[in-house]
Amino acid sequence: MKKQTTYNDLSLNTADDDQTLSIVNVSRRAFLKDLALSGFVLAAGFPSFSKADETQPVVKVNKYGADAMPHGWVDDPLVFVAIDEYNTVTIICHRSEMGQGVRTSLPMVVADELDANWLHVKVEQAPGDEEKYGNQDTDGSRSMRHFFMPMRRVGAAARQMLETAAAAQWQVPVQEVKAEMQRIVHTASGRSLSYGELAAAAAKLPVPARETLRLKTPEQFRYIGKGNLKIYDGQDIVSGRSQYGIDTRFEGMFYAVIARPLVLGGKVKSYDASDALKVPGVVRVVELPSSPLPADYHPLGGVAVIAANTWAAIKGRKALKIEWDNGPHASYDSISYRAELEAAARKPGKVVRNNGDVDAAFQSADKHIVAEYYAPHLAQAPMEPPAATARIDKGHCRVWACTQGPQLAKDRVAKWLKLPADKVTVNVTLLGGGFGRKSMSDYVVEAALLSNAMKGKPVKVTWTREDDLQHSYFHTVSLERLEAGLDAQGKTIAWLHRTVAPSISATFAAGSKHQMPSELGMGVINVPFAIANLRIENPEAESHTRIGWFRSVSNIPHAFAIQSFVAELATASGRDHKDFLLDLIGPPRRIDPRSLNDSWNQGESPQIYPVDTGRLRRVIETVTDKAGWGATLPKGHGLGLAAHYSFVTYVAVVVHAVVDESGILTIPRVDIAVDCGPIVNPERIRSQLEGACIMGLTLAMQGEISFKDGAAIQDNFHTYPLLGIDDSPRDIRVHFLPTEKYDAPLGGIGEPAVPPIAPALCNAIFAATGERIRALPIKDKLRKD
Amino acid sequence: MITLTINGLSRQIDLPPDTPLLWALRDTLGLTGTKFGCGISMCGACTVHADGKPIRACVTPISAVAGKQIVTIEAIDQDKTGKKVQQAWLKVNVPQCGYCQPGQIMSATALLKQNPSPSDADIDQAMRGNLCRCGTYPRIRAAIKELAGAQEVKS
Repeated sequence: MKKQTTYNDLSLNTADDDQTLSIVNVSRRAFLKDLALSGFVLAAGFPSFSKADETQPVVKVNKYGADAMPHGWVDDPLVFVAIDEYNTVTIICHRSEMGQGVRTSLPMVVADELDANWLHVKVEQAPGDEEKYGNQDTDGSRSMRHFFMPMRRVGAAARQMLETAAAAQWQVPVQEVKAEMQRIVHTASGRSLSYGELAAAAAKLPVPARETLRLKTPEQFRYIGKGNLKIYDGQDIVSGRSQYGIDTRFEGMFYAVIARPLVLGGKVKSYDASDALKVPGVVRVVELPSSPLPADYHPLGGVAVIAANTWAAIKGRKALKIEWDNGPHASYDSISYRAELEAAARKPGKVVRNNGDVDAAFQSADKHIVAEYYAPHLAQAPMEPPAATARIDKGHCRVWACTQGPQLAKDRVAKWLKLPADKVTVNVTLLGGGFGRKSMSDYVVEAALLSNAMKGKPVKVTWTREDDLQHSYFHTVSLERLEAGLDAQGKTIAWLHRTVAPSISATFAAGSKHQMPSELGMGVINVPFAIANLRIENPEAESHTRIGWFRSVSNIPHAFAIQSFVAELATASGRDHKDFLLDLIGPPRRIDPRSLNDSWNQGESPQIYPVDTGRLRRVIETVTDKAGWGATLPKGHGLGLAAHYSFVTYVAVVVHAVVDESGILTIPRVDIAVDCGPIVNPERIRSQLEGACIMGLTLAMQGEISFKDGAAIQDNFHTYPLLGIDDSPRDIRVHFLPTEKYDAPLGGIGEPAVPPIAPALCNAIFAATGERIRALPIKDKLRKD
Repeated sequence: MITLTINGLSRQIDLPPDTPLLWALRDTLGLTGTKFGCGISMCGACTVHADGKPIRACVTPISAVAGKQIVTIEAIDQDKTGKKVQQAWLKVNVPQCGYCQPGQIMSATALLKQNPSPSDADIDQAMRGNLCRCGTYPRIRAAIKELAGAQEVKS
């Protein structure tokens, strides 16, 4: 049985033993019961839950894309669609909603192929159960990429079952009937029946074989590609009714906060809870054992305060007296660590890609340019901090959590409570942001352990903002050293990139000092430049904290360094940045990623997803055209360009920056061009790119988590500020490259616009001021006063 | 016992007087639309109205708002401006994850009640304390302007 991992990186599979993680199928009874708990009522009609397994194999396991993910994909309509006699179409969303709009966009795909009327569609959230639904790890910008086609087939199969049922009732050939806005009509006789009227009969029919499905043609789409739907949860959100992980409530529930070790591997040496227990409302204080390293997805341990409300728990925690044994990582210090990274980057390291003879090319170069770029740790800081509620009744643990990885959470809760997996249910609430933090199950397990300590009573664990920022799975810290040789004509003839950063793999395998293929494959090893002599090295870096996934991951430092450096080279050779970048990329061609030594390729097939420099060129040409590249701007104004390929999507950005005489930076406008293949929900794609732009600007201007004595220094928004509305660009323009066909491969959307923002901004600042930013964040580095 | 008036109803709260209004609303009264984001008045997710003025519930002790009219997101549709703000939010599809939006809507409603046609600078001033990690700011601005425009036409 394949172990659950996020990001599908095989090197993580060594992290611990698989023995207790085998996944047991959840019985349908359990499924119904838990749906019933969330208010789902199955009226007459399908799904008839006895059918799914017998009809056809629903999970296919191959090598790339969704096939390579744990539990692959499922396209059985009986799993995803239910229609009741009142004509309500219920569509299951099995991926977590964290703001990317997946509860609108995926059900919308089903509804379109089903020809359902969106006004009669109800979306239900699936609990964690990958055997039933296929992979549920909501990360890697792949929900639509991996489930667009399965969800189209779900809708088409259900529609064909309804057509068959209607034709049988009217005793006419099925070719004579058609679906039309949630009715099946027989034009010749003028008869029609609603889906609700046909559901019971349709549910008794076999699910049509995959090869016999008739998918819509793009002209027939009602919703796909249109952007004409309001977000499904909008009304609940604006009226405060939507339920996030932190909002779960039960009668007689307890509220917990936890004092956790601030240093990786730290342990409680001793503690005194007597004052905490005197706080009104505090019920109990429980020590949670710390987990041995590697940190993995484990909870951190510490001392939990359980109370009648959250405030009492917070006050109780303040009253705890704890002596910690901080262990060997207590000397982690970001200032000295940066010096270590710089030293490592100035010496040869493990060669991860080598083309031509870089050393000889440097010898013959007219100019040898060197630059080092630093990007610090970041915390995801979702507005809803991690939170989870657990209760245990008769040996069955039920969890409600804002999780990006419900199957992982289920497996881990089962493991920690020593329950079989079918005795754990993980219900997925809305997520108040995730950004990679909520892929981890540490906080979910905490809730389960505390419910267990309270004899199964419901316990909610709330993380405060301090907890969130100090116990993140942090974005890596990185030093990128780039060297280039230019010939007398200003052409780049040598390229040497040393990338040094603690790896996510160290969180799962202690002592891991090199970046994984999935980290190197994020824009450094697969750089698609037409340079004959190119070497990429990855010197060692020790890890001293939990490194995890942050929206767009290692693409952030890699794009920042490479796209800044290209602009520096253009300046050094006296050329226009855009022209220089296009020359470096070279002519349009489709590059096999394996020829770039990229064995990972975002988990996708190298044949279906080559690196297409033509598409990269087109986003650059489009964005510069739209942004008025080349125009003469007033003093203190500058345009900056950057382009980056990640999550198999091509993005180019132009930032317009203004720096006034006192060094105050404003950003009136940002243009973003994107080629993500077929555009399924342009409205939510726009919102994702607007958001990615602001997250990219936030990390560039303000984002930094730094460590002293092993602990994160920043502990709330006064020390880890986020951009506000006043500092954000008033004008963000998104430009789509035209979609070719809807059967073309899809790219990701949630992440790929983040990486090019910081370098585009820094290039714009250089254009405006002549000052080059090589270390993030910018903070007040431009200020003159 | 402290008596609070919340969304027009009088509620007896049996909590220590220093308890922040946020936790009384969320944990004691079950009004979970008001969100926790920072606990130090830095993010605005917990914004509610006290006598029509926006306040941060996470740093406001219940003893400080006894006798005041408190309105939360759950009842903002009872207010004419509040209802319009919600509709404008839906019209331009403002939310992404939606978690900060109750606070955004409470701040925007307070702004528009006091200044029906805010300028960009007014919007910045009134809304800068409401953080959004998803980055919905351009749409928040657009939604407020949508409404400001509509009200201008009427007047």
